[in-house]
Amino acid sequence: MTSSPMINQQDGAEPVANTSLPLWKQDGAEPFLRIENVTKKFGEFTAVDNISLDIYKNELFCLLGGSGSGKSTLLRMLAGFEAPTSGRILIDGVDMAGIQPWKRPVNMMFQSYALFPHLSVEENVAFGLKREGVARSEVKQRVAQMLDMVQLGHLGKRKPHQLSGGQRQRVALARSLVKRPKLLLLDEPLGALDKKLREETQFELINIQEELGVTFVVVTHDQEEAMTLATRIGVMNHGVIVQTAEPHDVYEYPNSRFVAEFIGSVNLFEGKVVEDEPDFVRIKSKEAGGHLYVNHGISCAPNQKVHVALRPEKIRIGKTNPGQKENCIKGIVEEIAYMGSLSVFRVRLESGKEVRVTQPNFARDMGERLTWNDEVFLSWDVDSSVVLTA
Amino acid sequence: MKRRSLFLNTTAAMGFIFLYAPMIALIVYSFNKSKLVTVWGGWSLKWYGELFRNEQIIDAALLSLKIAFISASVAVVMGTMAGYVLSRFGPFRGKMILSGWITAPLVMPEVITGLSLLLLFVAMEGMFGWPSGRGTGTIIIAHVTFCMAYVAVIVQSRLSQLDETLEEAAMDLGAKPSSLFFLVTLPMIAPAIISGWLLSFTLSLDDLVIASFVSGPGNSTLPMVIFSKVRLGVSPEVNALATLMILVVAIGVVAAMFQMRRQAKLLGSQE
Repeated sequence: MTSSPMINQQDGAEPVANTSLPLWKQDGAEPFLRIENVTKKFGEFTAVDNISLDIYKNELFCLLGGSGSGKSTLLRMLAGFEAPTSGRILIDGVDMAGIQPWKRPVNMMFQSYALFPHLSVEENVAFGLKREGVARSEVKQRVAQMLDMVQLGHLGKRKPHQLSGGQRQRVALARSLVKRPKLLLLDEPLGALDKKLREETQFELINIQEELGVTFVVVTHDQEEAMTLATRIGVMNHGVIVQTAEPHDVYEYPNSRFVAEFIGSVNLFEGKVVEDEPDFVRIKSKEAGGHLYVNHGISCAPNQKVHVALRPEKIRIGKTNPGQKENCIKGIVEEIAYMGSLSVFRVRLESGKEVRVTQPNFARDMGERLTWNDEVFLSWDVDSSVVLTA
Repeated sequence: MKRRSLFLNTTAAMGFIFLYAPMIALIVYSFNKSKLVTVWGGWSLKWYGELFRNEQIIDAALLSLKIAFISASVAVVMGTMAGYVLSRFGPFRGKMILSGWITAPLVMPEVITGLSLLLLFVAMEGMFGWPSGRGTGTIIIAHVTFCMAYVAVIVQSRLSQLDETLEEAAMDLGAKPSSLFFLVTLPMIAPAIISGWLLSFTLSLDDLVIASFVSGPGNSTLPMVIFSKVRLGVSPEVNALATLMILVVAIGVVAAMFQMRRQAKLLGSQE
């Protein structure tokens, strides 16, 4: 893929202050895709439970969730393969109720790619254009252009079974983009690729999305994929969107234990609020063996049970006492996993609670090497942890 | 090459002998010079010549081929439609009963099928005047009814293996259900349809019992002619005829196998 879109962005004119804000942060911005109170039931089972969501033009929105969270059902409703039990779906202001899949301004890239095995690569890509009644010369030209974009121009005559997994994925992408849909739906687009190919393809996808200015909705169960691809992530669980936020915010400010645990790994300390001021809270936690201090206020009832979430990489670990008044606890190293770029420590606190700490391996040989059964001090900054009430 | 044990080799040999010894005997005796079927009188092509001079047999063979061709073609269209509905209509009231009904002719004794069809044709003639009398037309209708059950089962099982997202992808790219069937579904199930046609063709060519019930005077199919001839004593011409039929069937089966292998290679390696 070319790197031209990146360059274009840098060369672009100075954006006006207001428009530099992403659309979803602007007041009164018109959503491109609006999902209004959509519910889908299969018999007694509620797959999608009253979801409302606005997605804006040029977004690359990721629906992230485990299997059975309802993300695929939601995607299939956007494509028109399932009809919502109640609620509305509007694409570019048009209500999609009763509009058949073949009439929607939407294309989908299937998880299995769903390439037609009896047609060649070129015929696969041309399939949608021919149904539209596009003139033959234009079909030819647009197919060639699309195949060049995904770097498969030389393989147009091959049949799908003669291609590798990564090539098939790109044919599927070309086929879904050639009709210039307003909205592209991608169901686990990288699921079937191996790790190295995934990483390359992720960036290609982002480049293509920026180049063509198509709005993408991606369904995935892979949090890493969602973090790298998305402008915003909607975390789904049991048919409900638990949190919608930018990748950074989903990771740093999860709004619930589910999100904190689903994305990345996290240490959770259960505790009770003992001091609740506008700019800080103090939480008494038996698990942590003392008080935890967080420098943001929360709204909660006095004595409410809460959880303090702390990411493993935000904890400092060392044999010497850092002399820190707040947020410093003692423990014993129980396990060390050396993973090359970083090391993972499992530390047992006096309360019996296990804490996971990760540390980048700065130096080849760290001065103070920790070993099993060392007594260590864990400490972190007051703004490193988040209080979760849900 | 894997080394095979003596046990495996013997089992295979016994199986093949059991299946093919009667046919080989028949083929050998079709070249018998002697007029007595059971006495060997040296090699000769005499009975093949006799066979082609026997107009009764030639006419019956042509009629049988015609009936088999038409019945197989009609059965393939109707059976494909039935199989498609059964696998794609989704759950509906009475689906179990309908699929049971469609496959019933597979297990129904031929005598009963033949008798019930005969009764139906007679009753219909009495009420609407159609079909007037019994003959080629009624044999074709009868053969279509039981052949389409076989086609429906074959097509349905192929469709259930087919990835349904292919059809969704076609719809997503703008194909209406009608064109989607011809552009995507039909090419994918073509091998099943071809083997359904070949099966129907042989079943129709084979059938003696049902045809005997529903045929009229002067419309004897080949199996009917052979059967009536054999009752008067086995004639060496019949051996020659049977040998030719084995040859035709063998060619058909081998062709179908090649076709299936080619398709399996195309579709199978996609996974």
